[in-house]
Amino acid sequence: MNTTPAPATTLQGFSRSESVAMAWPMIMLAVFFVIPFGTMLTISFFERVPGGFFEPGFTLESYARFIDPFFFKSLGMTMMIAASASVICLALAVPFTWSLSRMRHHSRVFWLVALLSILSLSEVIIGFSWSLLLSRSTGIGNILVWLGIENRAPKLSPGLGAVLTGLCYLGFPYAVLVLFPQLSRLDPTLHEAARMLGASPRRAFMNVVLPNIAKALVAAFIMVFVFTLGAYLIPQLLGKPQQWTLPVLIADQALFQSNLPFAAAMSIFLLGVSLSLVVCVGWLGRTAPHDQDDAHDDARSEEA
Amino acid sequence: MTHPILKNRRRFLAQSAALAGAAALGSGISRAQSAESLTVATYGGYFEDSFKSIIYPAFTEETGIEIVSVPEPTSDAWLIQLETAARANSAPADVSMIAQTAMLKGQRTELWAPLDLEKLPNHTSLSPDFIHTYSDGRVDGIGAVAWYLTLVTNTDVYPDAPSSWEELWNPDNEDSLGLMALASNSFLLEITNATFFKDPEILMSEAGIEKVLAKLAELKPNVALWYRDEGQFQQALQSGEVPMGQYYHDVAGLAAADGHPVRSTFPSEGGIRDSGCWAVSRASSKQEAAHTFINYMCRPDVQATLARKVGTSPTVKRDLLDLSDEEFASVSSVDTPITPVYAMHNERADWLNQVWTEMVTG
Repeated sequence: MNTTPAPATTLQGFSRSESVAMAWPMIMLAVFFVIPFGTMLTISFFERVPGGFFEPGFTLESYARFIDPFFFKSLGMTMMIAASASVICLALAVPFTWSLSRMRHHSRVFWLVALLSILSLSEVIIGFSWSLLLSRSTGIGNILVWLGIENRAPKLSPGLGAVLTGLCYLGFPYAVLVLFPQLSRLDPTLHEAARMLGASPRRAFMNVVLPNIAKALVAAFIMVFVFTLGAYLIPQLLGKPQQWTLPVLIADQALFQSNLPFAAAMSIFLLGVSLSLVVCVGWLGRTAPHDQDDAHDDARSEEA
Repeated sequence: MTHPILKNRRRFLAQSAALAGAAALGSGISRAQSAESLTVATYGGYFEDSFKSIIYPAFTEETGIEIVSVPEPTSDAWLIQLETAARANSAPADVSMIAQTAMLKGQRTELWAPLDLEKLPNHTSLSPDFIHTYSDGRVDGIGAVAWYLTLVTNTDVYPDAPSSWEELWNPDNEDSLGLMALASNSFLLEITNATFFKDPEILMSEAGIEKVLAKLAELKPNVALWYRDEGQFQQALQSGEVPMGQYYHDVAGLAAADGHPVRSTFPSEGGIRDSGCWAVSRASSKQEAAHTFINYMCRPDVQATLARKVGTSPTVKRDLLDLSDEEFASVSSVDTPITPVYAMHNERADWLNQVWTEMVTG
């Protein structure tokens, strides 16, 4: 995730006022993250009272419910949807950010403001808007009818395509914002050198630009993956039941079944799975600089 | 469950803003504190709005008791808040409107204060099945309002009204139904039983439920939308995107009155009748005022006003109401309704949720 190297030299030797200043975010982190997380962890071990609430106690019953083919199917679908959304997001965001970083100042500002304004929209608004845009009666499919290509407008929502569209819309700005600093700081002479040595624009981009932003790519992937993994409204509004992800099922348990222990256990499990994936991908990303050097060497030897 | 009429998001947002404003104003007004006051929770949005503007002022004028109105999100979510607060001996609301399954859940922890029928003389106006009791006979809730789930259609797509729930299984209706996503709010098991099995015992055993569920699974190819959010289905129904389904009779009526091509039909097997109770938290210190309020809400004239202005179905017996036949038909039906099997939804909640979700998502 470290797209910008931390200024390590300034981190040592805090003054007292700096320590006090550091305490504030620590307290906030404890109050708003550690304590709620602890509560959730505790509740996940409580005993469920069928048809009622839950009783304090210690049982692994809620976790035992995971041993079920249905649960693994949902988990697999959740991961698949989040991973697909992340890959699509990156595939769109990399070329977009690359062109953005080469734009002139004012058009660059325009695009960045437009992207940031997407972030101000809530998931509810995005979900409802896409369900209208992808519907048969009011959706974009009617353009095809108007152009005479189709007789009847296609119904594009609910479905997997609709879910991925919604999630990509949600994740795209984040991917761009993570990639942008790296791409805009990339030395333009690298690309130019590759071009002068005879590489095609595509090849220069693939073999020189991409390896140089490998860390940012990994960071952007993780960012979008984790973000879409937790999305609850988009899969619910735009998905068929087959595409209801774990967060949808967690919300069902918490809001409609009053089964907080099971909802908490599923949340902890999802958190655990996504954390281990982040660690794995981060570890893979750490080996990337070597690949990058190799790539340079390959490029050079090929050019030679 | 959430009451239908309130899920319109714009209304809800406007409502939240109004509530914040009211809260700010309220802090400066001492009258509410000095006079006797009672905090009442109803489903937030259009519903709570109507109670605040139509019902509560008349009650205060008559009894001198000020009503502090608070919105509740859904009965189940509100139940968790009430229970947590009651454990700390506080009550975020003295009286709350609570749906049936949540009433039963609250009984497990004795959340509901027992009510004294002698202090509620108007309870005799209610149909007896609207008096909710603990298993030992103590009264814990009094029917507040009822609502019906019926078969709704888009009149442009279906020029003729359907007559039976069987239409949900008709192969001609492929990919055109909107049904609720959960067993506990769609009551589709009860509908399937009333349509095909007509066996009052079948939903009492797991084997019976599985049989009904298998029949229900046959309609899956017809379902275009399994919804949790009523606003989503209402929009799709009005536009004809999803032209048939199950929905609330009162809201469908409001949509039709607004000129949308929507109709609600009571099928020959009956509509599903669900209801909300007035229940008092055990942590409330205002039991007397709570009884006065509930007794007032049982009056036939108050129930008639609710039916006319809010569109809910009365819990008071039909012959005591001064509603015209047309007015009554717009909110209710004299035919025998399908009654949800609440015991099944409570006692087998987790198992039922599991097999249901597997059926829907499979």
